Amino acid sequence: MSKKVTKSGVSRRKFVAGTAAGAAALATSNLGFPHIARAADPVKIGLIHPATGFLAYPGGQLRYGCQMAINDINKAGGIKSLGGAMIEAMLGDSQTKPQIGAAEVEKMNEAGVHAITGCYQSAVGLAATAAAAKYGIPFSIDVGVSDKLVTRGLTNVFRMADGYGRIAKDAAANLGAINKAAGSPAKTVVIVHEESEFGSGTARLMNKLLGEQGLTVAETIKHANPTRNFDNVALRIKAMKADIVMPINYPGEYVLLARTLRQQKVDFLASYSVLGGGFNFKFVNDLPEVAENMIDVNHWYDPRSAAGQALRKRVEADGKFFTFEVYLAYNSIRFLADGFERAGSTDHAKVNAALAASTIDPLFMPYGPTKMVNGQNVGSRAVAIQAQKGDVQVISPAEIASAKPVFPRPKA
Amino acid sequence: MNISMMPAAVINGLMFGAIYALVALGLTLIYGVLHIINFAHGAMLMLALYATFYLFKFAGIDPYVALIFVVPGSYVFGYSIYRWGIGKLSHGKDQNILLITLGLSIVFENAAQFFFSADQQTINLSYSYESIDLGFVFLSLPKVISFFASLVICLLLWVLMATTDLGKAIRAVAKERKGARLVGINVENIFAITYGIGIACLGAAGCLLLPSFYVDPFTGNIFVIIAFTIVVLGGMGSIVGALVGGFIIGVTESLGGLFLGESLGQIGISLIFILILVFRPTGLFGAKQ
Repeated sequence: MSKKVTKSGVSRRKFVAGTAAGAAALATSNLGFPHIARAADPVKIGLIHPATGFLAYPGGQLRYGCQMAINDINKAGGIKSLGGAMIEAMLGDSQTKPQIGAAEVEKMNEAGVHAITGCYQSAVGLAATAAAAKYGIPFSIDVGVSDKLVTRGLTNVFRMADGYGRIAKDAAANLGAINKAAGSPAKTVVIVHEESEFGSGTARLMNKLLGEQGLTVAETIKHANPTRNFDNVALRIKAMKADIVMPINYPGEYVLLARTLRQQKVDFLASYSVLGGGFNFKFVNDLPEVAENMIDVNHWYDPRSAAGQALRKRVEADGKFFTFEVYLAYNSIRFLADGFERAGSTDHAKVNAALAASTIDPLFMPYGPTKMVNGQNVGSRAVAIQAQKGDVQVISPAEIASAKPVFPRPKA
Repeated sequence: MNISMMPAAVINGLMFGAIYALVALGLTLIYGVLHIINFAHGAMLMLALYATFYLFKFAGIDPYVALIFVVPGSYVFGYSIYRWGIGKLSHGKDQNILLITLGLSIVFENAAQFFFSADQQTINLSYSYESIDLGFVFLSLPKVISFFASLVICLLLWVLMATTDLGKAIRAVAKERKGARLVGINVENIFAITYGIGIACLGAAGCLLLPSFYVDPFTGNIFVIIAFTIVVLGGMGSIVGALVGGFIIGVTESLGGLFLGESLGQIGISLIFILILVFRPTGLFGAKQ
């Protein structure tokens, strides 16, 4: 069979194939074609969270918070500077795995995403933000505490909430203060942390900082995700007679450890967690006796804020718990939407510049307007909270505290 | 590391090993007769945990009392799934059964997430934090109950298999399908009954586990890898092997955690798995082919 050849010597088949390949390459690359949405074209925001796997609960809470914010913004008229463009969510599931998180970014980029928020786990966030940086896609970390997220010089990555560096400092200082106020009964701390970047990084920092408060770290115990049984950990804590137990882990393990310590009748002065994934209204509601007097240093809303109370009512009316994931995700979407609004464009570079100059009011958080320095909101801060009489009270900083700390905890 | 903690760690390992054994028991039974790996095992454990949870939440039924509902319910569920699902769709091919059970696990997990949400659910019982003081260790009451209940269930299953006509029929089908069919045994029915008994074991495990653990749509996966290791260790199809294997893995995990740390301590389980495959592929109590 003879081939049909054009005058230039290129077969028609090759020409068609070459043209198709070229068109595909242009369609999937960003070279020379800035992402500028036409009026009323939807603004696509990718949501990458662990929707399945052992972190599906916090992942679901984050997704819920994002979608709530998207609905609110769309109901209020969308992005006005883009002709009332509606925000459209693109859902991604990291499955708790960094490589899947990065793959989700690639998929979303091909589908024309304008910005992304995520990823709950720092390890996933590190991979996903690196993937997004290749295309300059604006990326807002809703939850993810590793400071590496915002210290790699990536100009497309932003974080409204605090990282573990500042939180660890505040946590150590606060523990030192409440210990001192009680006559310094606590001398030793045992740290129990999960093994990924979040737990290991925070534990490393706490190891350094607790010494400055006159506290000795008796042992640092690392555990896998998920862990089936904490009996041995309880035995070790009991044997070393540590005064403070400091969990730094995800929800399932946080709750399991707390239950096991109680079952094994381990005696200590306080459970003082840093970024305790399981410390929230759900935990206090489900296991009030276990949770009572446990302290956590974490992201938390300002209970004095009317906006915070109103949001909490809405969330609870939906049958959900008002966990920190919900409102950090809500604010992350607001932050991105504000960036699009001020940029008046969906061009990645313009949006990144607008986000870097953001002064958005975090509404119901216990800190003032946003100020980004190298992608980190330097105005944000975590607070110390404690389960008291079946509710969660803010015990530090003093200006927003709703109760005084109970320390040491009363003997059972 | 404090050596004085070793006896306590061994006892804790035995307590948890009994639960592992119960999960592995269903898996080994299904493998022993059907010669298939049930990839839906973890998902079905999760369903049993949810059944126990909702019986407690909506009817106030204690998880140990729930055994009388969840175990028969799990049996009926397992029997039905095999008789009118797996058995019919597999067309007699083992590789089809593998794929169907894998598909079922995906369907069950996602359905659970849709209907029950991804919330981690726990129950708070009046005796959840009661414990028995042995002097060197506190044994939590739910774990002690689980331990003895697991032993009783293993014994009952052994009696069923060794002394009843049904047990003989199951063993006949496991050893020689064609021969069993020739002497008038309804092989398809025995397959479904065995699958049902395997899932009933998970029902029991769900009731015994919930007082000291939690349930979410993916909880089953936490236990299923361990269960596979126990089946290989104890010998595929062996009830005694599942029990002994459960104890060995429980104690190994516990001592590994004590000596090597909770994270690295898991290496002991993988090491046992590799050693068994190299030196005794049929497992401790498995029959040689």
